[in-house]
Amino acid sequence: MSILVIAEHDNSSLKQATLSVVAAAKAIGGDIDVLVAGENCGAVAEAAAKAEGVAKVLVADNAAYGHFLGENLGELVAEVGKGYSHILTSAGTTGKDFMPRVAALLDVAQVSDIIRVESADTFVRPIYAGNAIATVKTSDSIKVVTVRPTGFDPVAAEGGSAAVEQLDVVKDAGLSSFVGEEKAKSDRPDLASAGIVISGGRGMQNGDNFKMLEQVADLLGAGMGASRAAVDAGFVPNDMQVGQTGKIVAPQLYIAVGISGAIQHLAGMSDSKVIVAINKDEEAPIFQVADYGLVADLFEAVPQLEEELKKVL
Amino acid sequence: MKVLVAVKRVIDYNVKVRVKPDNTGVDLANVKMAMNPFCEIAVEEAVRLKEKGIANEIVVVSIGPKACQEQIRTALALGADRGIHIEADEDVQSLDAAKLLKAVVEKEEPKLVILGKQSIDSDNNQTGQMLAALTGMGQGTFASEVVVDGEKVNVTREVDGGLMTLSLSLPAVVTTDLRLNEPRYASLPNIMKAKKKPLDVMSPADLGVEIAARLTTLKVEAPAARSAGIKVADVAELVDKLKNEAKVI
Repeated sequence: MSILVIAEHDNSSLKQATLSVVAAAKAIGGDIDVLVAGENCGAVAEAAAKAEGVAKVLVADNAAYGHFLGENLGELVAEVGKGYSHILTSAGTTGKDFMPRVAALLDVAQVSDIIRVESADTFVRPIYAGNAIATVKTSDSIKVVTVRPTGFDPVAAEGGSAAVEQLDVVKDAGLSSFVGEEKAKSDRPDLASAGIVISGGRGMQNGDNFKMLEQVADLLGAGMGASRAAVDAGFVPNDMQVGQTGKIVAPQLYIAVGISGAIQHLAGMSDSKVIVAINKDEEAPIFQVADYGLVADLFEAVPQLEEELKKVL
Repeated sequence: MKVLVAVKRVIDYNVKVRVKPDNTGVDLANVKMAMNPFCEIAVEEAVRLKEKGIANEIVVVSIGPKACQEQIRTALALGADRGIHIEADEDVQSLDAAKLLKAVVEKEEPKLVILGKQSIDSDNNQTGQMLAALTGMGQGTFASEVVVDGEKVNVTREVDGGLMTLSLSLPAVVTTDLRLNEPRYASLPNIMKAKKKPLDVMSPADLGVEIAARLTTLKVEAPAARSAGIKVADVAELVDKLKNEAKVI
């Protein structure tokens, strides 16, 4: 078997999610090549070549791939990938965008968002917002799969020495063009890969009160998240949303503040190693999944938490 | 311009999902069904385009058993003009759904196709992108803003780390994210009027598509339950537990 992993990156650095996808590829078994498609993405290719278990890195470096447009990536991956038994990528917003196009162009099904590999053609994935876990077998000759990074421990980023090969395949569908982007600026760790995440919910009452959480996050080096209720209420931007319709996180420590624990939110964080809930309603469903629950008014508890952490950190 | 909207009948998002004891699937007997929430947003966006005078006709299409005509009627009550029901009792997977929708696109020639980004049952997030690839259209996935400007549409997308805006040539496919709009409720007079709006029924064979499931679900299980832990008395105890018991800080 031969597996093609499509790297997730920002043209300058390789996203850690890619190392988790390589881990999923190892679980399938076979030769693993990584395709880096982007613009001026040489540093990413070098990083991918060092990842554990990678045999070869293919680089498609062209302006057509600079903004990861789904139409162009779809055509490129469908062409490069047709000689492989499996095509894998991370289930981030880029992978979710281009991968179904790859599957359609190859006339195969896609298995989305897998969390476990059972065998080369059988995968485990959550459905119904994680309320059910399905084991799915595909009969297609090329398996097109997106991988939920939190389901697989990343392979080592260093130690490999894969060959790097430049591809001369330019696919510009001419259907879409990049207009602009607004990236949330933050010095905090990325929510999806942070070791600790602290999230606020409707109980925060307004956006200004999230500053309290930011202070705790800075002490812990934590990423910041929010429930859908807090996003819908306009307290914080949507890219902070943790849940079925937002980001799926599985940090070592997840601190939920003023979050009741709707199913939709639990779907995004219940694989965290340790969960802490701070909520004044002792009946809140979040306490049913929390390892440590504190029934308290968050406006008293969060400043206290900051003080206590200062003592021990 | 003509807008095509695809809608899916799914379990109501408020219903607690239960896995069947024999692990063959999720129990849908006597369970409330509804339009997939992302599809409601798709219908709403089309209706707003019509209200702005940009769209002049909204065609709503759904694939599934006869019961999904309820969801088509809901879309008609919300402002769609006409419905197409592709009747299929078997399990229609994303690729086949995309092939059926492609056949509808070829018949109807819409300028814009709007779909929800994913359905809340299978959580696949595939059909819109597959349809776009099969029809050779550009795609604006996970849209939070859609602005039609002549022969182009600008779509602002919810992506990891922020927002990204694309310009697409029409015709194009847009898939909706949650913040695109807040869907309205259908009024009683509009529900009555919707009953008289045209609804065509066709079969996959009429559209020249053979349904062929590629994926087999071997089993469906309930997720491993996470047991509740302990309640701590105060913040000091919490920090002590995190440091000395869980060792995560």
